[in-house]
Amino acid sequence: MGRRSALAFGAAIGTLLGIGLYDRFFRRDQRIDLYFEDGSMVSIAGGSPEAAVVIPYAREALRAAR
Amino acid sequence: MAIAEKALSELTDISSQVRAAVLFDGGGKVLASTLPAERAEGFAVAAKLLWEQAEVVRTDENAKLTQLEAATADGSVFIVREAEQTLAAVTSPEPTAGLVFYDLRSALRSAGEKPKKRKAPAKKLTPKAKPSGSS
Repeated sequence: MGRRSALAFGAAIGTLLGIGLYDRFFRRDQRIDLYFEDGSMVSIAGGSPEAAVVIPYAREALRAAR
Repeated sequence: MAIAEKALSELTDISSQVRAAVLFDGGGKVLASTLPAERAEGFAVAAKLLWEQAEVVRTDENAKLTQLEAATADGSVFIVREAEQTLAAVTSPEPTAGLVFYDLRSALRSAGEKPKKRKAPAKKLTPKAKPSGSS
């Protein structure tokens, strides 16, 4: 029983750590900010489906300019 | 040096965050760049595609997109557009967006300026000689 609990606890910690690391390295630093003529701004978070479409083009631009 | 090239050169001098910049027209033709020609073309094409994709995903259909920042862990891509000219730049990660946009706008306006005509040197005004015989 004790061993099972420890295993479940370890798995839960590992999952949380994995989510945190994934967010840190793959999502948090990514963002698209769009500015419009009327002065409004829309920020699209890195993990969103819209950003998933646009970010590869940004990466390509960064690669091309390197 | 052409005015546009000079504007981009000044941009990279002024802004320590801007690594490279390219100015291109509506058709994607490179007008000026801080990069060698081949890389400049590749960057302009990628920036144009990025802008087009951003226009597709925008949430407000009525408002016109004027500038964008695409931030990644490797750096950011900034694009500003005025009339038919677009200026794209890449920066180091986590730049000061407001400053970069300000510098890009200034550079874009400088690049669009027409060369000023040289003024003819001002003529020296010589005092009129007093008519002789007057009292």
